[in-house]
Amino acid sequence: MNNLFKKPEFYLFLIIVALVIFFSFSTDNFFTLENFVDLLISYSFLGIMAAGMLVVLISGGIDLSFTAIATIAQYVMAIIIINYSGNLVSAFLVAGIIGIFLGSINAFLIYYLNAPAMIITIATLNLFYGVTIFITRGKWIYNFPDWFNQSHNVFSFTVGETNYGISLPVILLVLVFILTHIILRYTILGRKIFAMGGNIEAARRAGFNLLSLNIFVYSYIGFLSGIGSVGQVLTLHSVQPNAIVGRELEVIAATVLGGASLAGGAGSVLGTAMGVALLAIVWNGLIIMGVSSYWHKVIIGLIIISSVSINAYNRKRNA
Amino acid sequence: MFKKNNDKNLLSIHSLYQKDPTLSILVIAFLLIIILLFSFYPGEVLTANNFQSMAFQLPELGILSLAIMITMLSGGINLSIIVTANMAGIVSAFVMTRMITESSTGSPIPIIIIAILAGWLVSILIGIFNGVVIAYIGVSPILATLGTMTLVEGISIVITKGHVVSGFPKEYQYLGNGDFLGIPVPFIIFLALALCVSILLRKTPFGLANYLIGSNETATRFSGINVKRTLVTTYALSGLFCGIASTIMTSRFNSAKAGYATSYLLITILISVLGGVDPYGGFGKIGGVVLAIFILQLVSSTFNFLGLSSHLSIAIWGLLLLITIGLRNIKSTSI
Repeated sequence: MNNLFKKPEFYLFLIIVALVIFFSFSTDNFFTLENFVDLLISYSFLGIMAAGMLVVLISGGIDLSFTAIATIAQYVMAIIIINYSGNLVSAFLVAGIIGIFLGSINAFLIYYLNAPAMIITIATLNLFYGVTIFITRGKWIYNFPDWFNQSHNVFSFTVGETNYGISLPVILLVLVFILTHIILRYTILGRKIFAMGGNIEAARRAGFNLLSLNIFVYSYIGFLSGIGSVGQVLTLHSVQPNAIVGRELEVIAATVLGGASLAGGAGSVLGTAMGVALLAIVWNGLIIMGVSSYWHKVIIGLIIISSVSINAYNRKRNA
Repeated sequence: MFKKNNDKNLLSIHSLYQKDPTLSILVIAFLLIIILLFSFYPGEVLTANNFQSMAFQLPELGILSLAIMITMLSGGINLSIIVTANMAGIVSAFVMTRMITESSTGSPIPIIIIAILAGWLVSILIGIFNGVVIAYIGVSPILATLGTMTLVEGISIVITKGHVVSGFPKEYQYLGNGDFLGIPVPFIIFLALALCVSILLRKTPFGLANYLIGSNETATRFSGINVKRTLVTTYALSGLFCGIASTIMTSRFNSAKAGYATSYLLITILISVLGGVDPYGGFGKIGGVVLAIFILQLVSSTFNFLGLSSHLSIAIWGLLLLITIGLRNIKSTSI
């Protein structure tokens, strides 16, 4: 029990419960099944990317280029699907492979150039994104085949009189969370990632292959960004060049809110899921309450600063 | 950490290259670009007109680079430089547009001075906030300044409702657009500031402490230096530089807005790294950074002249950053 109070996840859970109660009483439309289903669908992409970011942060790194990777994966996938047909499996396969490829470029650069991951990935973010927009001229893509647009809903159920659909992105999100949790908690690979993030010098001397660990970590976030971005296309029925890039901070914020540390070696899938939920609930609640959108950044900024401060303060006190 | 050579060994008689490889590579690169431009586009890029417009464009980027550089020297980073500059600009703009009306008589200069100081004060306060969160609470600089970036940008949007604030007195516009004996005023401000920062970093206890924290924070703390106070000063100065940059920027554009110059963040990091600042902190000189600013401005003006798409230039900046880090790494492992 004493242990429970020390966990950041516990406080996060209390905050989420408090927020849900607050928004439920102050608005009519927040505490409805419809709203929760919508929230789940619209935040599944963020959640998938956050799972990738969690693994990167645990390893002691950071990746700012995954949004550009997701955009490239979307474009290539869309061009192949529209021009050469294919099926859903090939769409995910193409996007996943592109993610893995670009992610491993990041890993090689970070390992061999021996510079902070943040600076390397700021560089690759601009390189990837600049080239993509230059080649595609920032064109939107709409004309997906019907079978593609229709594969969004996997099954639907009816409560009362309303019909709800469980969509592919949500199922993807659940699978990604389970997979990430298993990798981090129950595999040697996961233990090694924690060890590398906790103390890289110790990991090196223990004989870990840091290059291959790096490759795994950065390809993993690339892979998740790739397949997550296909899910997003399924929801939006379009590829938009500026829909993803610029949301890096949201993903990092969600992960850090969930207890991951930029110093590495700490974090959990449960925490990340709650971090995403917290952001989603605040954003959604503010919109339903009718708070002017001008205030959203202020409030998110305050949440980020106060939560990282509380985390850092606790860590300092316990150390 | 161990492979860092102490290139301050002035006693040994070596060529400039061995004394300061970064600086000499930059000088060579600078000359090479000039020669290339002369031979491929004679009398087109390197004209007196172009030089003057470069001297007007370069200072804001240069001063913002100084703002990010001093935090990188301390082993941190300040990702909130652009939003700090925008916020300072908006505050100055509000003071000027509210206090100077059509009916007001007399010289607007006192109000301009108040406006500028108000903007700088806000930027210093943002810097102090960053410093306190980083040094006293112990948040990593990336996260702290990312948080401030969101918060400050949000506040800027709230107070301006996302609109442009414009219309400043012509005395204010002189700071960004005027010239003194043919030399652009912003360029003079930039050189003066670079000189001050150079002295500050090399000749004062604060400068030394800032370098020491960047190379080994724990050792610095045990050597009796007040690390926390030094870091707060570092980020406060970084904020002040953003304020100074904003004065030039708003005066040049004759307006202030929440979303100006967002692409500068990458370029300032590129300039610092290109100029020889170690991304892990502790090493880097003003001379290198100033040279890097000149090179970047030259390349950027060439891109403009060639009519390159802005997206392609951003991609090239990213690539250049990787190449710079790569070259330096090859250098440091071969020594």
